[in-house]
Amino acid sequence: MPSHEDPAMRTGTVYTETVIYSAPEAFLNDVPYQTAIVSLDGGIGRVTGRVIGDRVVIGDRVAEVEERGGVPFFRKATE
Amino acid sequence: MRPVAVVGLGKTPFGAFPDRDLKSLAVEAGQKALHSAQVTPQAIEAFYLGNFAGPSFVGQNHLAPYVSTALGIRGVPATRFEAACASGGSALFHAWAEVAAGIYDVVMVAGVEKMTSQTTARVSEILAGAGDCSGEMKAGNTFASLFAMIARRHMHDFGTRKEHLAAVAVKNHANGALNPDAHMRKPITMEQAMAGKLIADPLNLYDCSLISDGAAAVILAPLERAPEFTAKPVRILGIAQASDYVALDQKDDITTFPAVRRAGEAAYRAAGVGAGDIQFAELHDCFTIAEIIASEDLGFVARGEGGPYAFEGHSARDGWRPINTSGGLKAKGHPVGATGIAQICDVALQIRCEAGARQIPRHSLGLAQNLGGSGATCVVTILSEA
Repeated sequence: MPSHEDPAMRTGTVYTETVIYSAPEAFLNDVPYQTAIVSLDGGIGRVTGRVIGDRVVIGDRVAEVEERGGVPFFRKATE
Repeated sequence: MRPVAVVGLGKTPFGAFPDRDLKSLAVEAGQKALHSAQVTPQAIEAFYLGNFAGPSFVGQNHLAPYVSTALGIRGVPATRFEAACASGGSALFHAWAEVAAGIYDVVMVAGVEKMTSQTTARVSEILAGAGDCSGEMKAGNTFASLFAMIARRHMHDFGTRKEHLAAVAVKNHANGALNPDAHMRKPITMEQAMAGKLIADPLNLYDCSLISDGAAAVILAPLERAPEFTAKPVRILGIAQASDYVALDQKDDITTFPAVRRAGEAAYRAAGVGAGDIQFAELHDCFTIAEIIASEDLGFVARGEGGPYAFEGHSARDGWRPINTSGGLKAKGHPVGATGIAQICDVALQIRCEAGARQIPRHSLGLAQNLGGSGATCVVTILSEA
């Protein structure tokens, strides 16, 4: 059961996404990178985060793999 | 509440002006507005300034008296309004309210932004301050990427296509080419618009408005006193401001802007008109998808049909209801704090039959929609012949 207290366990579905090619100063070295709004399982709302690994599209299942500076990083779920 | 009119207007050209500072731009627009209303600075009873990020862009705060005193407007209340890209509209709304309530008779509302002295990456960072910096922006988003995510979802839910977005860019560039004050006076083809450099997929360079310097100003007065100032007053028939969440991920549905719908409905009610009566509009096309969604939220078309509507030419200058005959933020330029006031000037110019090569035949009832951030503030103004 995913729990809000344990963000590393959060899973969800991609509500929308984009791949960014023109970044603010602080992210210039990351280009291109994907961000997404994820609808979290368990009806606990949506969260905006980064997607690492394979690119995702709307409807894809994702799992949170880490958190850096308060930003959740998701990866496409394998199941 | 008493009826209020725009009795004077002025704006600078929009563009990249390395030799101009914020103050000189605002003063030029203000002086043109004073001249247009044939009033002296001493006649102005209050000053309202729309400005998004002067402190970040040019390092100057306390901007309202900084500008008003340079215009020779001294001693009266001078206040800055900040509501991201709707800063100008918000200043106008509050100025209108105070004139309509009878607190003041003759006031000036100006908007200004000086953006091009910063690099594009730094501008992105400053603009990002209009989003939620504790969440979405910390993840590396830009305003382009927020609207790219909105576009993606709109495409997913309604079948909106990249061609529909491009059609908005082609149309607004065609209009901007006829506007001597526009930042970008270059028509583009559909092929160019489709093949622009990617900024945030699916948005490319041609889907994004410009980083510009510029200022605009209007003088407001009670309608009954309008003939003292001009032979061509433009009446503010209805105006409303509304708000919503700043963060995109807090909204139930990002393909519609509740603040636009609320402000639109309130403005229509105040004006006693419906969406079908509006003959032309200046809509906030910070990104092409934003114009498409605004046309839906304001009831010009049904939800999801904004893309095909633009693609089929209904919003072109020779279409049934022209949108952004000025070139919009896309081609006219988007000096953030000036935009909401420039939209009012552009609608008023059409109503006064002073729009030059871009003048349209049906021009007695127009609407301006000014959006802040990714939809957290919206101001809708309906203007008509007096």
